Amino acid sequence: MKPGRLHPLALFLRSTELDTRTLGLIAALLLIWIAFHLLSGGLFLTPRNLWNLSVQSSSVAVMATGMVLVIVTRNIDLSIGSMLGFIGMIMGVVQADWLPKLFGFEYPATWALTLAAGLAIGVVLGALQGFIIAYLGIPSFIVTLGGLLVWRGAAWWVTSGQTVAPLDDTFRLMGGGPEGSIGATWSWLVGIAACVAVVLSLANGRARRKKFQFPLRPIAAEIFLAGIACAAILGAIAVVNAYPWPIGSVRRYAQANHIVVPEGGLFIAHGIAIPVLVAIGVGVVMTFLAKRTRFGRYVYAIGGNPEAAELAGVNTRWVVMKVFMLMGLLAALSGAISIARLNAATNSEGTLAELLVIAASVIGGTSLAGGVGTVAGAMLGAVLMQSLQSGMVLLGVDTPLQNIVVGAVLVIAAWLDAVYRRRAGAAGS
Amino acid sequence: MDATDATRTPLVVLRDISVSFGGVRAVDQVSAELYEGEVLGIVGHNGAGKSTLVKVLSGACKRDGGTIAIRGEDANIDNPRDARRYGIETIYQTLALADNVDAAANIFLGRELKTRWGTLDDLAMEAQARSVMGRLNPHFARFKDPVKSLSGGQRQSVAIARAILFNARILIMDEPTAALGPQETAQVGELVRKLKAERIGIILISHDIHDLFDLADRICAMKNGRVVGTARVSDVSKDEVLGMIILGKCPPGATPGPGAMVLETR
Ligand SMILES: Nc1ncnc2c1ncn2[C@@H]1O[C@H](COP(=O)(O)OP(=O)(O)OP(=O)(O)O)[C@@H](O)[C@H]1O
Ligand SMILES: [Mg+2]
Repeated sequence: MKPGRLHPLALFLRSTELDTRTLGLIAALLLIWIAFHLLSGGLFLTPRNLWNLSVQSSSVAVMATGMVLVIVTRNIDLSIGSMLGFIGMIMGVVQADWLPKLFGFEYPATWALTLAAGLAIGVVLGALQGFIIAYLGIPSFIVTLGGLLVWRGAAWWVTSGQTVAPLDDTFRLMGGGPEGSIGATWSWLVGIAACVAVVLSLANGRARRKKFQFPLRPIAAEIFLAGIACAAILGAIAVVNAYPWPIGSVRRYAQANHIVVPEGGLFIAHGIAIPVLVAIGVGVVMTFLAKRTRFGRYVYAIGGNPEAAELAGVNTRWVVMKVFMLMGLLAALSGAISIARLNAATNSEGTLAELLVIAASVIGGTSLAGGVGTVAGAMLGAVLMQSLQSGMVLLGVDTPLQNIVVGAVLVIAAWLDAVYRRRAGAAGS
Repeated sequence: MDATDATRTPLVVLRDISVSFGGVRAVDQVSAELYEGEVLGIVGHNGAGKSTLVKVLSGACKRDGGTIAIRGEDANIDNPRDARRYGIETIYQTLALADNVDAAANIFLGRELKTRWGTLDDLAMEAQARSVMGRLNPHFARFKDPVKSLSGGQRQSVAIARAILFNARILIMDEPTAALGPQETAQVGELVRKLKAERIGIILISHDIHDLFDLADRICAMKNGRVVGTARVSDVSKDEVLGMIILGKCPPGATPGPGAMVLETR
């Protein structure tokens, strides 16, 4: 409220109108990365580890973007891990059994038909749960707890517990790996396109604010924002492009394409992994939904005051049902990524995933009281949790201790968030 | 040109409206009329059923019996969306704001402005919110903050802004000035007169008899869910209105309702 008393740096940061909560999360993430890097003797901040981290985070990150909206509407979804397992099993059977029977093996559209079937089932399961929650008024905790048991049991029924493997070659690209990455050139193109999009959206925002004669950010702040964003994007691309294919993959690739591997090996960069690209795409779409559409506005309004939203003419039940449909869709997408990465569908896939996803959302600043949370925060939360886990694996920490640390971090994050919000509330935000 | 001329079709007719909550008859066989360009004041003790009655008209509360007619035709009002379609806007006693979003988002909730791409046009909404809030509460400047962090009066201004921005034909105001300062209250009074001049029908619930005598054309007094009597303000005194509220005694200048002169059982 009194800018005169602030440090110039703080003043500048304020003029960029960045969300301090997200900035804090990014700072925490960087701190954790640096700590692991030092403790592991320089093993954490390597292209290889960061690339793996990005792939491992993507499945939870995809679901966290939907969980944010579920929690914002004052609901919870405990069923997504089981749903992931169930739909994963179905997608396994569809691509390894049904479609080959119809079209033969390595039919080019197998992956697309499988994915479409999985996503459709996800929407239907989500709609079923959403209908019971929104229209029959049964608490989401109960309905999705039931779902957790039902879908896990259903996952077993699909093949009477047998694992389905191997999967379709094209489908497997969704899981990452050397072939499941887009390579250096495409990665740079994606990075440049992202930078252009950032600059255009900043410019567009500025033009619109000018049109309505609203105060503008100082031009230095705009340039600073664009610069930071582009540097982060291009830096990330440089990192994933610095991670080469393993020797085995290179040899196979060279053989298949009749290339002679030169002395000292052939450097083929991974680039962005496809599951990471999927997760980022999901993040962008979900942020757009949450911030720029009526649906998103209603989701937040319902979280703030369901009665007020209803009185304002919002069809609150339908909105809640749609949120659960979206969550089902994302669980199916995560299922596709998970089984593709494993090259197998097992009926235990996704066990406890719901808890990791909820934890990621909460660490990312989603309030279980409803009404508050961002998609970007939840995705950062997913990366933060995965960082903790991989960092501890790198340090050779036993699994039980890993769980203890992740659990403690979850509670501490929720506490810090509560403190932050109380402060922000007291200061008039 | 009498607003309550019997030959004119009323804007709203509520007939024999009843609402029960469990065993409580919150609204019991209430009938009332509202004409264009008229302010109908509703008074009554706490729990008399005033808010429940108007909530039936705004679609927020299901009625157990009775009919609603608008401009002489039966109206189907089962939810708030229906009511808005008839041009009914409501300022709820509880304000009914979504605390976690800003003033503009609340004002446009359910009727968001969109860009030509179909996305939310937040800047256009903020611009309109600024202009309407400027009329109600010129000191208001906190357009970026969630309404949770606003003062009670500021929140009330947001709720009023929401109701007047969309060309209401029927405006329901349930204690709209309860939290407002003297200047802001005067502004709402001005607003009511202006809307009245635009031929809007207004139902105004208030405990402030002085204000009501200033603004209302007719007053309807309720007691224990029933209408004690309805009167033109020129035909009754303030003390007589108080008598209707407290004792249920209908004065000679008023038309008695079913709640007049009932035997006190409680
Ligand atoms: N949602 C509800 N559930 C149960 N009872 C209710 C509900 N809403 C109102 N009531 C009851 O209905 C009666 C009328 O309430 P109402 O809110 O209409 O009174 P009011 O005249 O607006 O009072 P006030 O002047 O205090 O605002 C009260 O006895 C109240 O307890
Ligand atoms: Mg009331």
